[in-house]
Amino acid sequence: MSKFKKKKKGLPAISTASLPDIVFMLLFFFMVSTTMRETDLLIKKPTLPTASEVKKLEMKSLVSTIYVGKSKDANIGGDKIQVNDKIIDVNDVPSFIFSERALRKEEEVKFMTTSIKADKEASVGTILDIKEQLRDINALKVSFSTTKGSNLRTNY
Amino acid sequence: MARRENSEINAGSMADIAFLLLIFFLVTTTMDVDAGISRKLPEKSEDTPEVTIKQKNVLDIVVNRNNQILVEGTNFVQVKDIRRIAMDFIDNGGGLSNPKDGNPGEPCDYCKGAKDPASSDHPSKAIVSLQSARGTTYGMYVSIQNEIEAAYNELRNRLSLEKYNVSYNDLLKDYNDNGGDKLKDRINFLKDSYPQIITEPEPIK
Repeated sequence: MSKFKKKKKGLPAISTASLPDIVFMLLFFFMVSTTMRETDLLIKKPTLPTASEVKKLEMKSLVSTIYVGKSKDANIGGDKIQVNDKIIDVNDVPSFIFSERALRKEEEVKFMTTSIKADKEASVGTILDIKEQLRDINALKVSFSTTKGSNLRTNY
Repeated sequence: MARRENSEINAGSMADIAFLLLIFFLVTTTMDVDAGISRKLPEKSEDTPEVTIKQKNVLDIVVNRNNQILVEGTNFVQVKDIRRIAMDFIDNGGGLSNPKDGNPGEPCDYCKGAKDPASSDHPSKAIVSLQSARGTTYGMYVSIQNEIEAAYNELRNRLSLEKYNVSYNDLLKDYNDNGGDKLKDRINFLKDSYPQIITEPEPIK
């Protein structure tokens, strides 16, 4: 009788060895399927000014961003304006906003905000021109994008 | 020597390790949140009614292209002084408010200013004017905007602490999180007490 081993009592433990595989699979699935919409900057990355009284932008889907900065080519002076993936002229700002509006629902249009990400070395003239264009087409909510901080000395 | 058992390595904790990694990266990844100074542009209308505004109700801030700031046409100041100057100006309360709903104007009973008759009458009448040159740098422009915003926030904060024992920022945060009509009324009251009236005239060429 003793030749046959006694059967162990109870259920054998469920092997959890494949659990990490499942977790990793989930991780990879989300990594692959997540797309972060990032615009490639054609201008030099703007160094945002610092401000202390900042408000967070709510509803990211309703924000259209305008970049203002110097050209990557050091020989080209002046401020360049970039939206989406192209550099545009100030006069084309309205058509950009219209194309952004066309993508949103009609009732959401009035909540749309334009975020201006401009280099702190940019000149106010350019910004005021953009603001004027935005006023013309009734895109009145504007946010000057800044980094949060209290040391304003670095701005100028 | 004890007989070595050929037992399997317990792989159950591998999942925990993977989760730990996942959570660590979830927490540490910051997608840069867009924050900034929000402004509402004035609407464009064809028929702007003529209004006469007393010079004493306007705080004139001019920045030239060398980033020098001139207040009221006489004093050169630094950016850090603007907050104080703006607060003194807005909070002055030297006169009566605009007549509202047929009621005559009232003096500002929450103002703590100098009540100087040569400065602004009432927070609801006080206008901050920021004129910049086209060549001013954007950093300077934002700094000044920030200081003006800070002046209003500080005044609202003060009134809020006095009336409701919470700061204006906390009120705003609370309203964002929970909402509610009561909070909204309070915020609107504070906003009406110190309304932001900022004008930006055409830039100097």
